[in-house]
Amino acid sequence: MKTEALSRGIVLEKKKSEWRSYELVGFWALRLTLVLVLLILGVIVFDIVSKGAGVINWEFLTQPPRVGMTEGGIFPAIVGTFYVTMITIAFAVPLGVGAAIYLNEYAVQGKFTRLVRMSVRNLAGVPSIVFGLFGMAIFVKIFGFGPSLIAAGFTLGLLTLPVTVTASEEALRTVPKAYREGSFALGATRWQVVRTVVLPRAIPGILTGTILGLARAAGETAPILATGAAFFLPHLPDSIRSQFMALPYHLFIMSTQHHAISQVRPIAYGTALVLLALVCLLNLAAVLLRKRYRDRVAKGL
Amino acid sequence: MVSITEKAMRAIFIFCGLAIILFLVGILYILLSNSMPGLIELGLGPFFAADRWNPGAYGEPTYSLLNMIYGTLKVTLGALIFAVPVGVSAAAYLAEIASPWEREFFKPIVEVLAGVPSVVLGFFGLVVLAPLIARVFNLNSGLTAFNGAILVGIMALPTIITLAEDAITAVPKEYRHASLALGGTRWQTIWKITIPAAFSGITASAMLGMGRAIGETMTVLMVTGNMVARPESFLDSVRTLSAGIAIDIGDVVFNSTHFHALFVAGLLLFLITFAVNLLADILIQRKPEVSK
Repeated sequence: MKTEALSRGIVLEKKKSEWRSYELVGFWALRLTLVLVLLILGVIVFDIVSKGAGVINWEFLTQPPRVGMTEGGIFPAIVGTFYVTMITIAFAVPLGVGAAIYLNEYAVQGKFTRLVRMSVRNLAGVPSIVFGLFGMAIFVKIFGFGPSLIAAGFTLGLLTLPVTVTASEEALRTVPKAYREGSFALGATRWQVVRTVVLPRAIPGILTGTILGLARAAGETAPILATGAAFFLPHLPDSIRSQFMALPYHLFIMSTQHHAISQVRPIAYGTALVLLALVCLLNLAAVLLRKRYRDRVAKGL
Repeated sequence: MVSITEKAMRAIFIFCGLAIILFLVGILYILLSNSMPGLIELGLGPFFAADRWNPGAYGEPTYSLLNMIYGTLKVTLGALIFAVPVGVSAAAYLAEIASPWEREFFKPIVEVLAGVPSVVLGFFGLVVLAPLIARVFNLNSGLTAFNGAILVGIMALPTIITLAEDAITAVPKEYRHASLALGGTRWQTIWKITIPAAFSGITASAMLGMGRAIGETMTVLMVTGNMVARPESFLDSVRTLSAGIAIDIGDVVFNSTHFHALFVAGLLLFLITFAVNLLADILIQRKPEVSK
């Protein structure tokens, strides 16, 4: 009897160890999917950095394109992207923060707030080219801005709105309830509470959302195709009504539309590297800022 | 006593909330109002007729979206076949197995991948992946649906990983503890308990990934070759709905039939992604719970 029980125990043990090795193989298989993600990103970044780095120098970053865009730099595209993202932020951040304040501080949670939140999520899912169509119809034609920095900036602003709303709401939610209750108990009005107690603590989180929005807007091409981006401009945009060159559009042009594609490939690589570096740095800044912010919240500060 | 500032600020914030709904409704309205003249002039038939999209044709322009719909389907399905298994596995690993430092290491990588602009990914596909595919399959050009599917899959991956991980993490600890206490291994617990419990959330993540794939514009525009012919296989060049709009949007004549036809394509794209996102939204609300 005893030996039988013992041998059964041994069989069970054996099965268990078999299971453990299966498990290890399985875990490694799952881990490999993440390694694959890392590899994909690594290959893309390596290719663009290794072939783009040689092109980048002071002249490339500070000179306009010359000789039918086969020589020179990408300065106007950098400036254009900077201008258009500034307009985007000016449009999306006040509106996004305002909506988040409404959702988190003012509204009674119910059907209407559910509808607003659902709209935010659905707005985030609207294809970027549909934003392009919308911007062309409303800002370029109906409002009569024409293809311009402001039309493109507003279009991109709509596109980044869900990013700023979501990030701002998260930031507001991390402010403890007790802070608000304490101020109300001292006789403060709602706006005083929001302005002096809630907003100051939520600023880092809102800043994170702003940077993420910037990164998103800087990299988008489809919405600006027909709302203001230009193939080539001899001078920098001088008002919000002028057309502009933009980094992502410039990359698109240099890699698919230029008459001497293979000759300008190095310039395309350089543009891709500048754009990738810009967007990645912005995203990285946002991730680091958020991490510091969350750690601070977790510590209860 | 409520001061004027107090009232004004309240009104401003309510307006901000309302504005978001208005924007979404406004997009739908603009798409409808600009596609209506086209639909009235041509009727619904020509947009789904068995010919090609050729609005510039001399004499008899045709406006069929059918081949572009096939193109979108082909690229989207191809992308999901690759992105869903990889994405869900990665999410399962991050949520259930990864040690804290592994999570700290891999999560920012997923976020950085999500941040790569679609035009950069398209450029990579154009100059690296397309020649590679052409060589492997012995084609004249690597600008195919296959190429597009891989790159759009890469674009959808971060969405799927992030949301599926959230869904798996949201499964109550009690489920896992019960399974482990009954002698289940971790592997069994993951595949037989946690993932089935998170199934609706995981499906939602796949659908949102699908939404991204359907709407993705620049990458497919640059890497699929944009032929309007009906695609036979994955190694044919295709034009998707989104790319079709992007190609024509630059030089379309305002208020022409062509212009309105583009908005019909945009409306179709909007309605498809809207339905997909709405469905995902409903699925996400269905979370597993424990009664206490």
